Amino acid sequence: MSLAWKVALTTVLFAMGVAAAVVLIVNLLGTPPTVDFTSQGSGQPVNITLQAVGNYGSGSHPTWVSYLVQSPQGRWVHTTVFQVPADTRLNVTIINYDSGSPLRNQQLGQVTGTSGGVALLNGKPFRVINSNAGNGVGHTFSIPSIGVNVPLYGNNGNANLCGAAPCTTSSPHQVIKFSFTTPGPGNYRWQCFVPCAGGYLYGNGGPMSTLGYMGGFMKVVT
Amino acid sequence: MSDAQDDGSPLAATEGATTPQDETHHWWRLIAIWVVLSAVLDPLFYVYAGPHIPPGTMTDTAQGAQFDFNVLFVIALPVLLGVWIYLVYVIVMWRASRGGPEPVGGPDARGHLGIQLGWILTTSVIVLFLAGFGTYELVQPGGAGGGQGSSPIWTPTSKTVLPIQVIGQQWKFTYRYPTFGGFETDQLVVPDDTTIQFNVTSLDVIHSFWAYQLGVKADANPDYNNVAYTTTKQLGSFTVRCAELCGIWHGAMYNSGQVVGPEQFQTWATSTEALLRKNTKLLPPYALTYTPDANGADGGFYPDNVDPYSKVETYGAKQPKGGG
Repeated sequence: MSLAWKVALTTVLFAMGVAAAVVLIVNLLGTPPTVDFTSQGSGQPVNITLQAVGNYGSGSHPTWVSYLVQSPQGRWVHTTVFQVPADTRLNVTIINYDSGSPLRNQQLGQVTGTSGGVALLNGKPFRVINSNAGNGVGHTFSIPSIGVNVPLYGNNGNANLCGAAPCTTSSPHQVIKFSFTTPGPGNYRWQCFVPCAGGYLYGNGGPMSTLGYMGGFMKVVT
Repeated sequence: MSDAQDDGSPLAATEGATTPQDETHHWWRLIAIWVVLSAVLDPLFYVYAGPHIPPGTMTDTAQGAQFDFNVLFVIALPVLLGVWIYLVYVIVMWRASRGGPEPVGGPDARGHLGIQLGWILTTSVIVLFLAGFGTYELVQPGGAGGGQGSSPIWTPTSKTVLPIQVIGQQWKFTYRYPTFGGFETDQLVVPDDTTIQFNVTSLDVIHSFWAYQLGVKADANPDYNNVAYTTTKQLGSFTVRCAELCGIWHGAMYNSGQVVGPEQFQTWATSTEALLRKNTKLLPPYALTYTPDANGADGGFYPDNVDPYSKVETYGAKQPKGGG
């Protein structure tokens, strides 16, 4: 091999290495955007709306299940990070567009940590969902450190479910509403506890292990 | 150096060098310093620092761990002092600026059979004693608080043992109380002055149940019941952490528990049993291990396209038609 070829080969390999490093760093350090709900007025209840979709439908992982957050301006943002004021009543609405199934652990079928220990499913209060009946549970919205857990009733898997986010209410959906009071300042992890990452070991890889899909942070500020 | 080579001794060549008489004097001085410091610092540590050494005294296993650590420290401290005192003494007394002996070469650089044998014998006795002591402490008097597998070698003598099941799952622990209808909760509450049998298992990957202040640590393996015992001795709160890297949210897999009075525990357990009754009916019957039943990502071990319905006790029950 001539010197020119060696130089060219070395340059190409070096460039590939640099590119791989950049991609790796961007993926590792890249964080989804934060949707800010702190401008709705101090002391006033904060309304926040999320949607859960079976397939995000675009981007680098179109088949991944994902949450989205609706900004105060009404725009759907692909993120799981939102910022809210401390010691404030949070009124949460989650529109679930995904199907459901039995839970690996039915303990997650209980509503805990919400105001009154209840949530509303399409307007009807509930405390427990029997995941072995009906459409089962699709996902949960859980903040373990403050004891919040709300199961999201699933849609019929045979229905014509929404295939790409953001979904609209013209697709089959379930509306779950609940409230809780935000704790003191800090970053609180929240996530879905249903191992819903199809195709990954125990269903907890991929979107279940990637910020911006099925888990994120509730940033609480003063 | 030429002088030293003449009579074969570097000591004779250096002005102000130590003589054999001085060596004896140095040894006695070193031993005196070592004995005094050890005799003072060992009791000081044991009396003043010892009671504050983690994991504390909340349970008999925590007390045992604290006692073991203190014994190890009390034995190790004189060894540490011996080495440090000698090093400092050498630097002070025999440094070159004080006319110390030639550091390399000559008789002083050769081994000293007596010292070597003494060191080997002393350290061997210490290590063998600690091995015996450690082995004894693993099983007596209250066990070590570690997971002993499904057939524990050490079992408690107490006639009343409260069983609590610890279920690990990505990424949290839940707890089942079989003597209270088998309810399952995020909260770990235990009564004081009671022997607890933790039955530790997992629904997915390997976790490790580490109740730090209780002095209990047991791996949580899927399809396996790992038993750990402890007896509570003190009221208060304790921290539970997962001690086995189990995925992206491993670092967030922790919660706190409470040791409360027996009456308070009874009240909490019965009220929680009533509160969770509706969901408890939906749980699988209490079993020592569970194999998730529903197949695919939502329920069972993945990939599981061969036998989606296990023959043993199941979590998740039947897979509905069209389910996710």
